[in-house]
Amino acid sequence: MSEKIIEIKKLNKSFVTEKGELTALNDVSLGIEKKDIYGIIGLSGAGKSTLVRCMNLLERPTSGEVIVNGRELNSLSDRQLRAERRKIGMIFQHFNLLMQRSVIDNVAFPLEIAGRKKKDARKKALEYLEAVGLSEKANAYPAQLSGGQKQRVAIARVLASKPEILLCDEATSALDPQTTKSILALLKEINEKYGITIVVITHEMSVIQEICRHVAVLEHGRLVESGTTEELFRAPKTAEAKRLVFSGSEHILEMTSERVVRVSFHGVSAYEPTIGNIVLETKTPINILYANTSTVNGNAEGEMLLQLPEDDEKADRIIRYFREKGLNPEEVNADVKSAGNHNDN
Amino acid sequence: MLNQQEIIMIIEGLRDTLIIVGFSTVFGYVLGLPLGIILAVTDKGGIKPNVIVYKTLDLVTNVLRSFPFIILLVVLIPVTRAIVGKSYGIGATIVPLVFAAAPFIGRMVESSLKEVDKGVIEAAQSLGAGNGTIIFKVLIAEARTSLLVGATIAFGTILGYSAMAGAVGGGGLGSIAIRYGYNRFQPQILWPSVIILILLVQLFQIIGMRISKKLDRRKK
Repeated sequence: MSEKIIEIKKLNKSFVTEKGELTALNDVSLGIEKKDIYGIIGLSGAGKSTLVRCMNLLERPTSGEVIVNGRELNSLSDRQLRAERRKIGMIFQHFNLLMQRSVIDNVAFPLEIAGRKKKDARKKALEYLEAVGLSEKANAYPAQLSGGQKQRVAIARVLASKPEILLCDEATSALDPQTTKSILALLKEINEKYGITIVVITHEMSVIQEICRHVAVLEHGRLVESGTTEELFRAPKTAEAKRLVFSGSEHILEMTSERVVRVSFHGVSAYEPTIGNIVLETKTPINILYANTSTVNGNAEGEMLLQLPEDDEKADRIIRYFREKGLNPEEVNADVKSAGNHNDN
Repeated sequence: MLNQQEIIMIIEGLRDTLIIVGFSTVFGYVLGLPLGIILAVTDKGGIKPNVIVYKTLDLVTNVLRSFPFIILLVVLIPVTRAIVGKSYGIGATIVPLVFAAAPFIGRMVESSLKEVDKGVIEAAQSLGAGNGTIIFKVLIAEARTSLLVGATIAFGTILGYSAMAGAVGGGGLGSIAIRYGYNRFQPQILWPSVIILILLVQLFQIIGMRISKKLDRRKK
């Protein structure tokens, strides 16, 4: 499992624009293991799309290496690159289907590129349409489909070229929450069934939470934090990661005064009535400013921001109590606030 | 009223017009389609940008397009003679028409191909498609309705030009309208010729639009 299928080394990418040079990626290095589902998260303009486009060289990096399956993509000839790209599928936010081709002919397209006869390609294409549950739409045209169905066609089309890697560029960002869930479930199934390594680009933490095992946080073209998804949710280290994990809590922070702690619940402890017990035992009220508990890959992960009493003695008692329970309250007043302010930019 | 001779003349004129415009459109596309493809592909943002090729073809296209057709007709007489052996008649009309139509057609093809969604091209590239595949199976296939609308417009424009060719002794209805109607002031020949030309443009316009609509799969 530790074999790296994608390795990015010291990647830089800048664009020349009318306003001068724009750095999209700044010294990014990362490694993605075979069969992993790897998320790359960041706000728009962070460079995520550029980074994922460097992984199949739709975008040529200014410097640095992109090694896929042990081959440095920049050193390949055009012909070799095209052959390599067939093993690196990609799906997009706006699906990018051929609008003048029927659904089945869209799926047959990569097979035609690979030199298969049209009839043979169609037969094979139908199998992939079945795999994504859309065989009854084979003769429809993309304009007649819903967003979720279009993305399923795009996934079937990618599967037809038998990729080892699937790059997803904001693949669920144009879809409603319900459809997003079903597409993510399909991606997870593909990962398990075909052993395809999946790279997910998103600005939504919920997408990372739903399917990713590893995650990298991108900010202004720099990779600021990476690790397992559990780690990121349990203990985000950088301000950017905290901001993403706590997104939605900024408005509460304006009201906070005095001491605020962040408590991370991990695994089973999220199911214990910890807060209730503390209030009962210390006889001190605490104010829950923000709470977000959820299930990450089967483990319960929870975050809470708690406002402690102004009385230091009482506050310390509460902190001590958390420590006894094996939880690690962190005074986050300053940095969460700054992360919150940061978001206004 | 028209006598039998005049009616035959007009019918033959119609036949000649169809031959002239038909051949000119076909040969116009033989030159204009590749021109348009190269322009679309080599421009900035195309699938194989090439500044030198683009700028050169861009200039040639603009120069040819800015020539008033009547002047082009005269300037091209030596070329016409070299190709068809004489400088008058149906064949001689087709040569300058092709030269006038090709850059115009090239521009229309270029703009049609540039309408194709960049994302779709990117998707094809990500699937390992080469430039040839992208040109024929993505660009042309996706732009087909727009290309057909363009062809309809090209046909009408060439028909208009063909009438001018009459001024230098070419054939067809336009030529008849100028020679008999305008020069000899015979309105009974002028108007039928003009009306047939109008109907012809209408007819092709309707047929072109029908086909392109029928071929468009983007509607529900």
